[in-house]
Amino acid sequence: MTLFETLRSAFRGITTNKLRSALTLLGVMIGVAAVILLLAVGNGSSQQINNLITQLGTNTLTVRAGSGFGFGGGTAATDNSTKKLTLDVANRLAHSGLGHVDAVVPQVTTSLTVSSTAASESSVSLIGTTPNYFTVTTSKVGSGSAFTQADVTSAAKVVVIGSTIATELFPTGSALGQTISVDGSPFTVVGILATQSSTGIQDANSVVVAPISRVQRSYTGFGAISTMTVEATSSADVAAAQGEVEVMLDQLLKYDPATATGSAPYTVTDQTQLLQTAAASAQSFTVLLGAVAAISLLVGGIGVTNVMLVTVTERTREIGIRKALGATRSAILGQFLVEAATLTLLGGLLGVVAALIGARFEINGTQPIVLGYSVPLALGVSVAIGVFFGVYPAARAAAMRPIQALRSI
Amino acid sequence: MTDAAPVLELRDIHQTYGTGEAAVQALRGIDLSVTRGDYVAIMGPSGSGKSTLMNLLGCLDIATQGQYLLGGVDVSELDDRQLAKVRNKQIGFVFQSFNLIARMTALANVELPLIYGGVKRAQRRDLALEALDMVGLADRVDHRPQALSGGQQQRVAIARALVTSPTIVLADEPTGNLDSQSTDDVLGILDSLSQAGRTIVVITHEDAVGAHAARVVSIRDGLLVSDHRNRAVGTTALISAGTTGGSGAGI
Repeated sequence: MTLFETLRSAFRGITTNKLRSALTLLGVMIGVAAVILLLAVGNGSSQQINNLITQLGTNTLTVRAGSGFGFGGGTAATDNSTKKLTLDVANRLAHSGLGHVDAVVPQVTTSLTVSSTAASESSVSLIGTTPNYFTVTTSKVGSGSAFTQADVTSAAKVVVIGSTIATELFPTGSALGQTISVDGSPFTVVGILATQSSTGIQDANSVVVAPISRVQRSYTGFGAISTMTVEATSSADVAAAQGEVEVMLDQLLKYDPATATGSAPYTVTDQTQLLQTAAASAQSFTVLLGAVAAISLLVGGIGVTNVMLVTVTERTREIGIRKALGATRSAILGQFLVEAATLTLLGGLLGVVAALIGARFEINGTQPIVLGYSVPLALGVSVAIGVFFGVYPAARAAAMRPIQALRSI
Repeated sequence: MTDAAPVLELRDIHQTYGTGEAAVQALRGIDLSVTRGDYVAIMGPSGSGKSTLMNLLGCLDIATQGQYLLGGVDVSELDDRQLAKVRNKQIGFVFQSFNLIARMTALANVELPLIYGGVKRAQRRDLALEALDMVGLADRVDHRPQALSGGQQQRVAIARALVTSPTIVLADEPTGNLDSQSTDDVLGILDSLSQAGRTIVVITHEDAVGAHAARVVSIRDGLLVSDHRNRAVGTTALISAGTTGGSGAGI
């Protein structure tokens, strides 16, 4: 029996029972696609976090008002509410000559409506800060320029706007040089921020940045500021800088952690540490997804096995007829081998295609990145399962005497 | 008997199923030889061991004891691959239940043994069409078994048995599942095959079928009980299909 004849009879076997063949294909396809895609999603999310770490720079600290995370500036009601982080504190911290601190970027934040003649956006974050905000943090000016120290001194009505705001308010032309209305008062757009990847619920590109003096004067008042971003001299000095900042702030705020009661007036967080923790959890997330995917592949494999077992049992009589007509064991094995391999390989390849197509789309805010090894792994495992369980029962049937195979139903 | 060398020779064949207490002796020492061109009917009631004998003759099963010489070769000493070759080249088997492969056309079914015999495609097709023409199914080659009547299916099966020009045609109750018209058709084909010089061994419990044979061998309880010759090897049957021949086979 030639190879061509083997292929032909295997193909005939596949096309005879179209529904069963289609279900087998589907089982393998889903298993393979799930493994590749889930691993890609896990991989994508850890890559995203790694990118963020690089983006952030590894040498910044964030000082927030109040203890714990998430409290906006000036609103933290603590026993130490008199010991507020103010612009004055920030300036004194910046000029206190700390050895491991390069820059201090004070920020005040509020949320309001901005509009142009064309459109209006509500609940936009307005950040009031100093020009070094654009060098220290991940917000970089994409086009135009940042405002200057002179603008801060003169409390100029200039803004640098996020890319989302720019396209929303000026859908037809460039926003640069245009005037926008921030809660009713006109500001001139001097720069547009480079587009940033976004992780949180808030769009990082939906912000408006103005000189801190102007924001305080017009909107937030001269009380407490929200946060300060502190740049250490290098990533190795972050811990040292944190210590220096804490000591200096305690001194400036006349706060003694040893004797004070109630919560601290400020919190220093090392962003990198946070992100590293997030990266570690993303890693275990990937492992978990991989385990789920492996289970789905296994279930798919069991499905294939089941179909193959039923097929062979059903066709034992046919095997008997073929043997009675002079088929050798290897001819029968070849037929079933090719049948099983074709089915599982085809299903596997369809699964790979489905996964690669699926990986082009963003899934739950994560862009999946296909892991190279996952493709041959998933394909190999599914084909191996299909072929083994397709061939093993066929081998048993082929080894029978023809009369035994013929007598079976 | 004739002087021709036997094409098939059984020597003290025993076949036992199961072991110990449950052992069943289906055949208990059969000696039989069939000469080339003979038309032999093996008759016996159910349970007599005739089907067991047929399976041995067709190399579908292996005897537990004794020698089976097919064309002078002891098949009990052949390995799996050689046995497959013997089944393919030397034996044409016709089953009671036809045993066609349902999802293949009549032509594909007849071609199947040629595929395993390694015959080239074009030649295979010619041979298969020729065999189907011989059994009168030239116009049914593209039909699947379920689109054919029982008689037609059995004729396809006979065409499949003939297509390799086997040394011997074995038919196991070939008319067992057929109505009388189809039975006559099938027996007519077997008669003409015999006239053409083909060696035929047919198993049956019907006297009418046995009457067509040149020689009738009866077995009972795994032993040969009678061996009767109706006519000389190669002569034409005098009985027309459908009439009950008093073969005197001792059934």
